[in-house]
Amino acid sequence: MNMTKKKTIFTAAVLLVLFAACVIVDLTLPSYHIAVTVIKKATVYALVAVSMNLLNGFTGLFSLGQAGFMLLGAYSYSVLTIPDGKKATVYQYFENGGLPFSFTDIFGGIFGEQVGTIVGMLIALLIGGLLAALFAFLIGLPVLRLKSDYLAIATLGFAEILKAFFQWNGLGPITNGSNLLKSYPTFNKATPYVIIAGLMIALIVLLINSTYGRAFKAIRDDEVAAEAMGINLARHKRMSFIISSFFAGIGGGMMAMYMGTIAAAPFKSALTYEILLIVVIGGIGSITGSVLASFLYIFSSEWLLRGLDSGTFLGINAPAVFKNGFRMAVFSVIIMVIVLFFRKGIMGDKELPNLLDKRPKSRKKKEAAGK
Amino acid sequence: MSKNVLKIENATMQFGGVVAVDNLNLEINQGEIVALIGPNGAGKTTAFNVVTGVYQPTNGAVWFNGEKIIENHPQGKMKKLYKGEHAGEYNNTIAPTPDVITKLGMARTFQNIRLWKSQTVFDNVLIAKHCRTTSNVFSAIFRLNRKEEAKQRAEVEELLKVVGLYEERNELATSLPYGKQRRLEIARALAAEPTLLLLDEPAAGMNPQETDELTAFIGEIRDKFNMTIFLIEHHMDLVMHISDRIYVLDFGKQIAEGTPEEIQNNQRVIDAYLGVAEDA
Repeated sequence: MNMTKKKTIFTAAVLLVLFAACVIVDLTLPSYHIAVTVIKKATVYALVAVSMNLLNGFTGLFSLGQAGFMLLGAYSYSVLTIPDGKKATVYQYFENGGLPFSFTDIFGGIFGEQVGTIVGMLIALLIGGLLAALFAFLIGLPVLRLKSDYLAIATLGFAEILKAFFQWNGLGPITNGSNLLKSYPTFNKATPYVIIAGLMIALIVLLINSTYGRAFKAIRDDEVAAEAMGINLARHKRMSFIISSFFAGIGGGMMAMYMGTIAAAPFKSALTYEILLIVVIGGIGSITGSVLASFLYIFSSEWLLRGLDSGTFLGINAPAVFKNGFRMAVFSVIIMVIVLFFRKGIMGDKELPNLLDKRPKSRKKKEAAGK
Repeated sequence: MSKNVLKIENATMQFGGVVAVDNLNLEINQGEIVALIGPNGAGKTTAFNVVTGVYQPTNGAVWFNGEKIIENHPQGKMKKLYKGEHAGEYNNTIAPTPDVITKLGMARTFQNIRLWKSQTVFDNVLIAKHCRTTSNVFSAIFRLNRKEEAKQRAEVEELLKVVGLYEERNELATSLPYGKQRRLEIARALAAEPTLLLLDEPAAGMNPQETDELTAFIGEIRDKFNMTIFLIEHHMDLVMHISDRIYVLDFGKQIAEGTPEEIQNNQRVIDAYLGVAEDA
């Protein structure tokens, strides 16, 4: 059988099995169960990690602005979808706070409450993404002239400014200042998260395998050669930056959905580092790696290693050792081990279909076979 | 009367007080193979970089297919530092980036091979086709450009067969032997559909046999693609064998121009390469 065909079938089968597993978890477990939480959070992280990988791993632009773009997505999502009836309680410190309209109510009026809410939520997510993309375009104008570490510092700075700006009381009537935004609609089940993030990641994969994706990789591998072969560096870098930010914005909106309440505080640079960690662990330049690593990361930090903080781990009850903060210590050791023994991350730059590739024979074996 | 493809007019490239290229005048006609030679540090690669837009010349102009594509005059502190003549003759600044120049139809290779290391042979050539795509990013994501993509892939396959790399198309570019990497770089430049091919020391680091193969290969390219070729080279065998005309640079200055026979017998060129006896 044709190898490409084999790979397609293999990939489709794996994805289908994983999706089915999510649906089964959803149907059998209550929505507050830790497994559902892990799936929800991990899909959100996976989307953001993949968007960061598009920029850092595929275009070679080291940017640390992801938390800022997520913040934009999260705020646009929640501000646009808080129902009119609940605005008075949410914006309790700001009279007549909130936008004069709400997507949930507008589309609820058109399609009926249930469908309308979902349509409103999706459109709000999209607008969050577009806003993040617009912001990326604006800061990209000055920032993309910088290279390597300097780009990282500048984008990190912009993300921090954005966070401070959203906490500013002057914007309170819209952002509720540094108070929580809540009461916006969310999905309780994990499946919608998996579907949305899955579609978005599929779009990124399509982009990476298109002629533009190949141009991005050329820029990453050798900028000088890329420019000499007719690739407009400024245009392609900007494109990659905007597209990556768009998906980070959508990821931010989903983050708001997952958390149920949001404020600017959690979108700090530590969030970006978490995402960066996932990208590095998964493999810079591997979409599969990013997704896999976010599930592993969230699974162990939220579930598997939770016991290290709360007294009992693997049946060992040692409250003197397993107390608050110990989890992070163990986590750091695990990460060090990964960085030491998997230099290129779990997947390197391989993708899911590459798992079917035959291992290249080592040179010695080849020579022996030749003789 | 053959068509003039490239014309370098009074090009001077000065880095601070150092004059790397001094008033270079050079013309290349359609279908010619022209070589630029000179001792190390003569300014050959700098001249290439001026033509391809990597550097902006301090003064002078470059014409391509009858159109002025690059022009500059001394500006700022270079006004004082500028040592060349012809300073008043150029008043505009036209400074396109290398990608614009490639789109105009000029493609180059590099002195030290610059292939895209993580890509396969096939993809290396295919990426060079990117500058010829007309589809935008949305039609590319949603695969509305299938026709164009299929056409490009077919063209790349064809090109790889012509240059003899079709068997290796799925291998990593860096896993090829050195001579084939050079060949691949030339194939990649050809994929950008140029009318003028610039080769920067294509035979650097090659053994005599590989050099012979390369000489034949460059001739083949000229005939098959009706290509005009401008090359920098140190291997005199290759240069003398293949070039229609040769320009010689020494310390940035053009010291000779002519057919291979003329150059071989030119006393100034011999002096530049071998040095002049002090008591002479």
